[in-house]
Amino acid sequence: MKCTEFLRELTDYLDGTMSERMKAELDEHLHWCHDCHVVMNTTKKTIEIYRDNQLYELPETLRNRLHQAIMSRCRDSKRGKENC
Amino acid sequence: METIQKKAGEDVSDELALVQAAKKGDLEAFSELVNRYDRNIFRIAQHITHNEDDAQDVVQDAFLKAYQNLAQFQGNSKFYTWLVRIAVNEALMKLRKRRNEKTVSIDEDVETEDGSIPREVADWSPNPEQLYGQSELGDILKKTIQGLPPGFRTVFVLRDVEGLSTEETAEMLSLSIPAVKSRLLRARLQLRERLAKYFKTRKNGEGQR
Repeated sequence: MKCTEFLRELTDYLDGTMSERMKAELDEHLHWCHDCHVVMNTTKKTIEIYRDNQLYELPETLRNRLHQAIMSRCRDSKRGKENC
Repeated sequence: METIQKKAGEDVSDELALVQAAKKGDLEAFSELVNRYDRNIFRIAQHITHNEDDAQDVVQDAFLKAYQNLAQFQGNSKFYTWLVRIAVNEALMKLRKRRNEKTVSIDEDVETEDGSIPREVADWSPNPEQLYGQSELGDILKKTIQGLPPGFRTVFVLRDVEGLSTEETAEMLSLSIPAVKSRLLRARLQLRERLAKYFKTRKNGEGQR
């Protein structure tokens, strides 16, 4: 297996969505290819870092404000429909 | 409001009951749906627009649009899938307006291979997150993901940050499954390449940062 072939399968490999046979071939490639091993490992870390560090949490005060605005607009919309 | 966020898509039957009630005009039921998903929608909107004011507008407009179009929701997919689809469209519209161009779409830069071929193959520090303080790390992660084309970062956010399946992501973005997989692979590889300069193991004599 060439490195380019390994890279093509990287997403399925990391997600564990592939046949046993394909996984064995990729594991074999990883066993001797240091570069692909590093790429696989650091790609995995990339995903974990983004998953573990939620970047845009919604602050509770803003959340309440947005919630009120949404519900007020929904009420207006409902009223508008009823008056049609 | 709940302090522990429910995983998007949980309690499907309960959710269907809320949707049915909201369809009949029960605003309390719709309010509960907003509570379930506002944080997810805000995060997705922020990732796409990079702008907090725009993200707030997207949250409001997406929920209002969902409410006004509930009759069209057939229940063939999850409510959340349908809602995200609305929100992604709203967010892309905002981005288009801000950039004052018509080209921003989920298909943008489809053919771009730049940055997807690994060049940086140095291993990373065992604990890259410990190299930086929390807020500095947040800035690095934001700056890095903002550099991706919108189509790539949207797929990455839905799949890897929000934890949705390939099938759900494809449905939300009206893309084929192979198209989602291809964008996800390139997004992951491009992010990895860009983060490497911050996280790679320093050789002896090289300063920390």
